[in-house]
Amino acid sequence: MRALAYLLTFAVVIGLGFWAYKENYATQQALKDVARLNGEIADLRQALSIQRAEWAYLNRPDRLRELSTINFDKLGLLPLEPEQFGQASQIIYPQTAAEPLGADAPSGAEEQAQ
Amino acid sequence: MTRIPLRPLAPVLLARATGDNPDLIERENIGIRQEQMRETFRRRSAGRLLFLGLAFFMAFTVIGARMGLLAASEPMEPRSAAPGAPILAQRADITDRNGRVLATNLATYALYAQPKDMVDPVRVARELAVIFPDLKAEDLRRRLTDGRSFLWIKKKLSPEQMQKVHEIGDPGLLFGPREMRLYPNGRLAAHILGGASFGAEGVNSAEVIGTAGLEKQLDARLRDPGQAAEPVALSIDMTVQAAVTEVLDAGMKMMNAKGAAGILLDVRSGEILSMVSLPDFDPNDRPNPLVEGDPADSPLFNRAVQGVYELGSTFKIFAASQAMELGLVAPDTLVDADAPLIWGKYKISEFEGKNYGPRLSVSDVIAKSSNVGTAHIALMIGGLRQQAFFKSLGLFEPTPLELVEAKGARPLIPARWPDIVTITTSYGHGMSASPMHLAAAYAAIANGGVAVKPTLLRRTSAPEGTRVLSEPVAREAVAMLRGVVTHGTASYARIPGYAVAGKTGTADKPRHGGGYYKDKVVNTFASIFPADAPRYVLIVTLDEPVDTSGPAPRRTAGYTAVPVAAEVIRRTAPLLGLRPEIALSADNGVTAVSQYE
Repeated sequence: MRALAYLLTFAVVIGLGFWAYKENYATQQALKDVARLNGEIADLRQALSIQRAEWAYLNRPDRLRELSTINFDKLGLLPLEPEQFGQASQIIYPQTAAEPLGADAPSGAEEQAQ
Repeated sequence: MTRIPLRPLAPVLLARATGDNPDLIERENIGIRQEQMRETFRRRSAGRLLFLGLAFFMAFTVIGARMGLLAASEPMEPRSAAPGAPILAQRADITDRNGRVLATNLATYALYAQPKDMVDPVRVARELAVIFPDLKAEDLRRRLTDGRSFLWIKKKLSPEQMQKVHEIGDPGLLFGPREMRLYPNGRLAAHILGGASFGAEGVNSAEVIGTAGLEKQLDARLRDPGQAAEPVALSIDMTVQAAVTEVLDAGMKMMNAKGAAGILLDVRSGEILSMVSLPDFDPNDRPNPLVEGDPADSPLFNRAVQGVYELGSTFKIFAASQAMELGLVAPDTLVDADAPLIWGKYKISEFEGKNYGPRLSVSDVIAKSSNVGTAHIALMIGGLRQQAFFKSLGLFEPTPLELVEAKGARPLIPARWPDIVTITTSYGHGMSASPMHLAAAYAAIANGGVAVKPTLLRRTSAPEGTRVLSEPVAREAVAMLRGVVTHGTASYARIPGYAVAGKTGTADKPRHGGGYYKDKVVNTFASIFPADAPRYVLIVTLDEPVDTSGPAPRRTAGYTAVPVAAEVIRRTAPLLGLRPEIALSADNGVTAVSQYE
């Protein structure tokens, strides 16, 4: 009986030792991962700030103005001017083909579309 | 344990038989028992002492060992507790009001040399001169071979240049990491941002310090590590700023002006949406200040803030609105405007010797820009009250802008204030202020008479202002300024869609030696729009403009500053989200206009 108790105790001690050993290495591995990830985050942040600077550089008004002038044929972009504002009533809506809605459509909408 | 009786029967009987005293036996037994008990107690307490001693010994050993361990080991951050460690820039970004980047940081490298480690300094000097055309091979060779052990070669390198330096492959060429300030928009808002350069420099890092403008004024905030992740948001709107710069630049060239300044101010919040001074510079490559000549000729000079000019007739509205505030006149009151006015030894006359008199309503004094009429109004007010009003508009103090240059731009105020000064300042002569002062003062009129401190930083809440005019008077003043545009000197500011109110100002430039130039003027147009519900103040100032489109050169603001300001409003108002009053014009020809430089 006593021998069995000793044996069990030994087994538990060895088991605990093994567990502690494994935990120790797992912790060290996790710390290494954290350090690596922190380094990666720092690199990515750096890259992000460079890309932000580059985005701002590529979107500088001078360059956009030049590009819109060069590509005027394709884009037809002009500076925003007061003449470009209009009233909703000035918009010409496309003529809708005879829709099966028929009587459901409110009469006001019909008139506006004309 | 079996207890031994104190008076065991057998010895007692024996003692009685022999005639001894049996009590002796009892006493002897008591003595033995006490002896035994003492022995037990002694052993027990010895054991306790030993135990206690051991416990103390172990406790002290543990503490001592821990102290020894702490003293002997290297200190280390608890790694597992480290947070997400954001690698912060050493200087906060600057953005416009919509978060678009105006200034940021970029990681780069500086190039330095340790000639002692160099294999072939002559070849290095030759190849470096090829990579960096601004360095001379001969200079480099001399500096690399004169026995010094350390040498900075370039403070900032592009990645391509760095690769080429790597390709030289000399062990004496080394790179130090740098964080440099980058202004991605180049010249845009250059005078606001100012510039930055390196302060204390080491091999592994260098501090970035602001050298001018906002960068210098807000240096402490920008360098605060606690707020480095939080960008400083300016009140500037980049789109508007770009549009104003473009129009002003074209206008400056068209009007043959030496310089130009434009300020667009939100009158309710005091936020400056755009501030332009031309000619400008690239803050990424800030030029050196002029060592000789007039500092105002340098592109570094911020005309909008530092340019202290006599602002001319734009001041007339101050006299008119103060007189209305004091109840001296109403807009339709007739005042004496019979030119010329002789005051002591001075003669006050009108533009080109005209005479608008003999009597003119206050509205017409403003619309026709009558010096004599304004002079009479100012004399009604009196010098003391006039000074107090100018003070309340902030015309006597440097502007409170967040620019390091703003503090130095003190208005030029006459030391004494006799009546002649009252007369001349009423139409903007004899005292000088910057366009920024004028913008702030006009903003007070436009904002229903409440003066708000102008700022370059984005405001989240409407600031407390001080009332300088009552609301009806401010409204009347804006209506008078509207009259200047509809039937006065600023007719070029009639823009379809937007009601502009404003006042022109033409001032002769003072000569350094005294007196005034005949053919050098500063033209200013101070405008408020939309006139029916004022939201913005726009000041356009042109330095030495001349309109040569007509038969004779014209130098009045109505022909130079006003058309430029009108174009600025036409371009910026839609960007500011102002709906034009839509006139249903039949046909709008589309024209693409763009300037190449």
